[in-house]
Amino acid sequence: MSAADTTRNIAGREAAPPRPLLHVILVRPETMTLALLILAVIVASQLSPFFLDINYILRSFTLSAEFAIVALVFTMVIIAGEIDLSPAANMALSACLFAWAQASGIPMPVAILIGLAAGLAMGALNAFMVIALQLPSIIVTIGTLTLYRGLAQIIAGDKSIRVPDWFIGIDKVLVLGIPVPVVIFVVVSLLLGLILAGTIFGRQIYQIGTNEVAARYAGIRTRRIKLVLFLLMGLVAAVAGMMTASRLGSVRYDLGLGGELQMVLMAMLGGTYIFGGRGTILGTFLAAWLLVVVSTGMTVANLLPAIQLTVLGVLLIVAIIATNFIYSRTQR
Amino acid sequence: MSEADATPLISARDISKSFAGVEVLRGVDLDLMKGEIHALLGENGAGKSTFAKILAGVHLPTRGTLALNGQPVEVTNPVVAQKLGITLIHQEPISFPDLSVAENLVLGRSEDGWFSKVPWAEMTREAHRYMDLLGVHIDVTRPMRGLSIADQQMVEIARALASDSRLIIMDEPTAPLTPREVETLFGIARRLRDEGRTIIFISHRLEEVRALCDRVTIFRDGDKIATDTIGNLSDADIIRLMIGRPLKEYMHKHSATIGDVALEVQGLTLPGVFYDIGFSVRHGEIVGLGGLVGAGRTDVARAIFGVAPAESGTVKVNGKAAEIEKPEDAIALGLAFVPEDRAVAGIFRTLPVEQNITAAIPGKIAPAGIIRRAVEKSLAQDAVKKLRIRLASVKQPIGELSGGNQQKAILARWLLADPSILILDEPTRGIDIGVKAEFYDMIGELAAQGRAILLISSEMPELLALCDRILVMAEGRLTAELSRAEANQEKIMSAAVPRSQRVEEAA
Ligand SMILES: Nc1ncnc2c1ncn2[C@@H]1O[C@H](COP(=O)(O)OP(=O)(O)OP(=O)(O)O)[C@@H](O)[C@H]1O
Ligand SMILES: [Mg+2]
Repeated sequence: MSAADTTRNIAGREAAPPRPLLHVILVRPETMTLALLILAVIVASQLSPFFLDINYILRSFTLSAEFAIVALVFTMVIIAGEIDLSPAANMALSACLFAWAQASGIPMPVAILIGLAAGLAMGALNAFMVIALQLPSIIVTIGTLTLYRGLAQIIAGDKSIRVPDWFIGIDKVLVLGIPVPVVIFVVVSLLLGLILAGTIFGRQIYQIGTNEVAARYAGIRTRRIKLVLFLLMGLVAAVAGMMTASRLGSVRYDLGLGGELQMVLMAMLGGTYIFGGRGTILGTFLAAWLLVVVSTGMTVANLLPAIQLTVLGVLLIVAIIATNFIYSRTQR
Repeated sequence: MSEADATPLISARDISKSFAGVEVLRGVDLDLMKGEIHALLGENGAGKSTFAKILAGVHLPTRGTLALNGQPVEVTNPVVAQKLGITLIHQEPISFPDLSVAENLVLGRSEDGWFSKVPWAEMTREAHRYMDLLGVHIDVTRPMRGLSIADQQMVEIARALASDSRLIIMDEPTAPLTPREVETLFGIARRLRDEGRTIIFISHRLEEVRALCDRVTIFRDGDKIATDTIGNLSDADIIRLMIGRPLKEYMHKHSATIGDVALEVQGLTLPGVFYDIGFSVRHGEIVGLGGLVGAGRTDVARAIFGVAPAESGTVKVNGKAAEIEKPEDAIALGLAFVPEDRAVAGIFRTLPVEQNITAAIPGKIAPAGIIRRAVEKSLAQDAVKKLRIRLASVKQPIGELSGGNQQKAILARWLLADPSILILDEPTRGIDIGVKAEFYDMIGELAAQGRAILLISSEMPELLALCDRILVMAEGRLTAELSRAEANQEKIMSAAVPRSQRVEEAA
């Protein structure tokens, strides 16, 4: 049998036009981020003509590139309905372990592996507590954020550990005139953007974040996907930690301090929905540039750090309100 | 109608509503009298819930006016509606699960200041009073979470009473209730009507509408087709007005060859929930699982599917012992499960319809892990056509579809999975009668193709029409197994009634 053999025609409403494309684009939060970015560049270039120089912007970006790279994975974790606030501390601890290892005579490749393994292990610990023990990820990762930072301080003390000269200066290496950290950021963005939008893995991240129970009923391996995300987070944080070590030339326990705030800012400014299920890599990508232009602009304009922080806070709140507003409108 | 007050409580004039340019209600005129129970009927997506939501201030009409007792009013949001004495009991109840019953009752009453003291004792006393008024026994200090759906509904009704509502709108309230609970609900509805209140009752079950309502209004495709006293319309009239064509008669599937045992369950036990459940379903066979809501049927299905595995007992699939610990294990073995609670376990509310439909078949839309959009879209569109899901586009978030159309989309998801064993838990809940017969055909067709089907349903006509065998559960145990020949309503009912109540009735 087929439903089609009944003669009734309900095409009337089915044939109704989908929403106009323009309408769809306008209500996307990424559009807001892009508009803000353009606005920020215009305002900043009024403050200083440097901002019309792409090289200046690129160089400024290298200062935040590590956070921006981690923020991409962070975005995926939030879309999956979880959160991981520990990556900045993870960066510090894995960088400290790496620096301490190579300083005590272990060959560099092994030291790097130690750093990466530490990052993975930290991701695994988060995953274990969230997935196996079913604890809320926000609490778990606030806990591990403190723990990892504390361990970093135990290992490194108050000293900074130097890294070998050849390891220093990843931000000074250019590929096609672009600093390597920026290249890495762009490549990772493309990669994760494609994964999130175009693969089943990405699709299921959205489905888990939208309704985890329904996802389980549909046979989606929710635990495995979350495990992968937390591990990826740990690994990428470790890489970011070592990139920071290379840029700074030495490692202290306070490496990347406060980085989680920047990551939250980037994800939220990019329109990621804090309760999961929505958000894009494109949004976070744009927001990372926005954040760099705004922070650098404020520095160029000689604003006091306290005022800069206030501006960022206001920006975060506005972003959250705008995102929520946009989503609640498209929802009903 | 008991009170003959000539001015209608509510007059709606020329009410129209569009969502993103799609008109879903067109120029609806409707007068609701005091002291009447008024049914809204119509196919899935006809606009019943939308009209109800406009009265309750959830949606603003794009055109048209409302008058209350002859005075024009603007119901701009639910709080205004509440103040005007209009309460909507949603199709999917939304209360605050962690608050107590008493707290839920007084919720939304805003005459108190933000910081005024919460009068707990008084609140509890008042809540008790309303529960007594309704004649239900619910501990008002318990959180909502633990209550049965019927009790949650009673709380919603009590909430309407607490704010002294004059218009109470019930959107498909009876779908999840046992016959007994339906009777209680009807009794209360009649009492409220006799007090001069107005009740709007939305349901897809004609016999309920006939039993309860004074007048009916029929919607079709967003138009109001007719309003009349129920006595003036025969069932055939109503169906014709609703769907614009005669109803297709359901015929039992001709001849499915019944094959080997596909699913065999033995001694399945989850203490406190169900005990010693054993049955088998063969390829090509439809086995019904009847009983009252709350008998543990859903729990058995969830155990088989690995959502909440049983503590002891065995499950065999195609003769081989199966270790099913998670749904993905079950799916890998060719099982599919259409859950009854669509909002919680079914839909991804904000995601597009197509992603909802294809959620269980990643392998088909993405052979190498990379999604093929064209395949996905065409699969979804075929399903939409086949099940006549009413929507603007497959890219639309599924939350924007009417309740029945969401249900169809979830069904489509599992049909696409092409399972060899299909467990359906109240699959036709909220589906209109126009589509039901086709649904039955489809289920028959699936069996004829050699699939094994376990159909959980509280609707006895559905079980009797479809099933080759009917199992009945009561209080977590299997109480009967009836062949198609011997099954009838009385036998199912008597096996479904819990022992405790049976004793009561015998006395
Ligand atoms: N928020 C919304 N956005 C877009 N379209 C919507 C929205 N809400 C409802 N619709 C559309 O309006 C139409 C009427 O829906 P409504 O929920 O009123 O149907 P209904 O008569 O209650 O159906 P059912 O019997 O299935 O519950 C449907 O086609 C639905 O897709
Ligand atoms: Mg409805």
